[in-house]
Amino acid sequence: MKINRRDFVKVAGAATAVGLVGAPHLAFGATQKVVIVGGGTGGATAAKYIKMADSSIDVTVIEPNKEYITCYLSNEVLGGERTLDSLKVGYEGLKAHGINVVHDTATGIDAEKKVVKTAGGTEFGFDRCIVAPGIQLLYDKVEGYSEEAAQKLPHAWKAGEQTMILRKQLEDMEDGGVVVISAPANPFRCPPGPYERASQIAHYFKASKPKSKVIILDAKQAFSKQGLFTKAWERLYGFGTDNALIEWRPGPDAAVASVNVDDMTVETGFGDEIKAAVINIIPPQRAGEIAQTSGLADDSGWCPVDPRSFESKLQSGVHVIGDACIAGAMPKSAYAANSQAKVAAAAVVAMLKGEEPGTPSYVNTCYSIVGTDYGISVAGVYRLSADGSAIEDVKFTGPDGTEVSAGGVTPADAPDWALAREVQYAYSWYKNIVGDSFG
Amino acid sequence: MATISPRLALVAGALALGLSSGANADATASMLANTCAGCHGTLGQSAGPASPIIAGINRVVFVDMMQGYKSGDIYSTIMGRIAKGYTDEEFEKMAEFFNTQEFKPAQQDYDKALVDQGAKLHEKYCENCHAEGGIPLRDPETGEDAEDFYLLAGQWTPYLEFTMSDFREDRREIPKKMRSKLDDLLEKDGDAGLAAVFAFYASQQ
Repeated sequence: MKINRRDFVKVAGAATAVGLVGAPHLAFGATQKVVIVGGGTGGATAAKYIKMADSSIDVTVIEPNKEYITCYLSNEVLGGERTLDSLKVGYEGLKAHGINVVHDTATGIDAEKKVVKTAGGTEFGFDRCIVAPGIQLLYDKVEGYSEEAAQKLPHAWKAGEQTMILRKQLEDMEDGGVVVISAPANPFRCPPGPYERASQIAHYFKASKPKSKVIILDAKQAFSKQGLFTKAWERLYGFGTDNALIEWRPGPDAAVASVNVDDMTVETGFGDEIKAAVINIIPPQRAGEIAQTSGLADDSGWCPVDPRSFESKLQSGVHVIGDACIAGAMPKSAYAANSQAKVAAAAVVAMLKGEEPGTPSYVNTCYSIVGTDYGISVAGVYRLSADGSAIEDVKFTGPDGTEVSAGGVTPADAPDWALAREVQYAYSWYKNIVGDSFG
Repeated sequence: MATISPRLALVAGALALGLSSGANADATASMLANTCAGCHGTLGQSAGPASPIIAGINRVVFVDMMQGYKSGDIYSTIMGRIAKGYTDEEFEKMAEFFNTQEFKPAQQDYDKALVDQGAKLHEKYCENCHAEGGIPLRDPETGEDAEDFYLLAGQWTPYLEFTMSDFREDRREIPKKMRSKLDDLLEKDGDAGLAAVFAFYASQQ
């Protein structure tokens, strides 16, 4: 008979329990340790929910930054509606839960020895490890682009200094200039992000630089919430007219193939050259570096996981959550990371007891603020597929008897007062997801 | 158990009988309920200002509202879209989970000058159904809900304002008795009267 890993965990767990009864002195060594690599939304949420479920588990978060700056709502900084400081959150909340927060950079995860090594030279042993490394930007996928070039042609796809570089360039540019946003092919962090960004920049131009224009050069032929975005752009920003503040050019012809940093030009796949006052390159991405160096990512650059527990399919005892993992129908969003973290936390707590992970449930909700009192949203409710192999949409039977996915986007005919209400819910969403993850 | 509306009586009956249509509801209550926290706060304690606190919510009210969102009988921007992903059995589990959480009043600003008037208007028009100023009505012995209630005292004001506007614009069915009380209040005291009632609820921290 073949024993699978889950059965083994059960047997091993039972053996441990028996052992403890017979040898109480071992109990001191029996504190279960979880090490979490990455203190973003996913990592912070996992730490908090493990502690909430079982305060006896020793939880350590390894995160280089002393404070986290949320990517979500950072497009409002570009629109001039919000300060970067308003997006900062510290780790006092996690510490108050009894979580160890270590400001260091994880440099390696040894799944066999169950050890995380850091740049600071410390080794952290674990019974289970959760890795939430976010994304790594693949600068070299755009010819002429590099981490150094990003000082002049910001990506602003990780909030912080990059956001402020882009904002300052928008403030400094002359009216009548062109801003290029290069949007990558799927999959990437925050699918509606480039289009919310274009909206926020147009919002700023409308008030301050009305002769200017945002051109989105897209690697794709379609994008998230597209109907809602284009309708908003038509209503607010003259989309489709001669005076449009936003222009969208679909891929693959329009995709940015190369940049010339000195000339401030981009060349598309089709061969068009465009000169711009501001160039925002959102490069292709893959799972964060530690996932690559620790054997957690596959050839796609992302991390395959068991969707019931988010345990890596490549390294046992190590779970991967958030943008870095391959999560079927779920997008790479903060809410998805928060939701996955709770599933992983419950699974880790169960597995440390030698139990099987329970049935998961997942949700995504995300808002885009496209102008004054104008918000749109998308939501999804997900479950484990019947064969346990994938995360799929929960369906319900619609009025005409057909199966429809739950969730979905803001109705196309939503009246103005409802769009204004969505902005208020977006701000509530922000306060609550930050509090739920870090508080 | 007292009920505020005939609609709630139906839900209460279903809960008492243990009726449900759930087929795949084997996720635990906390697994289901924790998915709500990204918008409604950890354990349902929303940081506001627009998403309501659902910690301590009455079970019958929770299930009724989720069913109403799901069917479209109760207007929402986004809750209805999400509600379509859950069965009645799952709603019941989540209701139980949130009901057993402690309700902590929202810490929010309000116009102190309006509170006394709001308290009087509440007493005159609302108290009959929303007893004790709209606080959770628990049996002190058992900790169980003594009767159905809506969380009004200490709820986030923008949420109450949105909800009231949905009632007034027929986006949410308004019980007959509430309609006539509301009409009376608006006739005598207008929107300023309503604002005073909201200030009174916000003041109960």
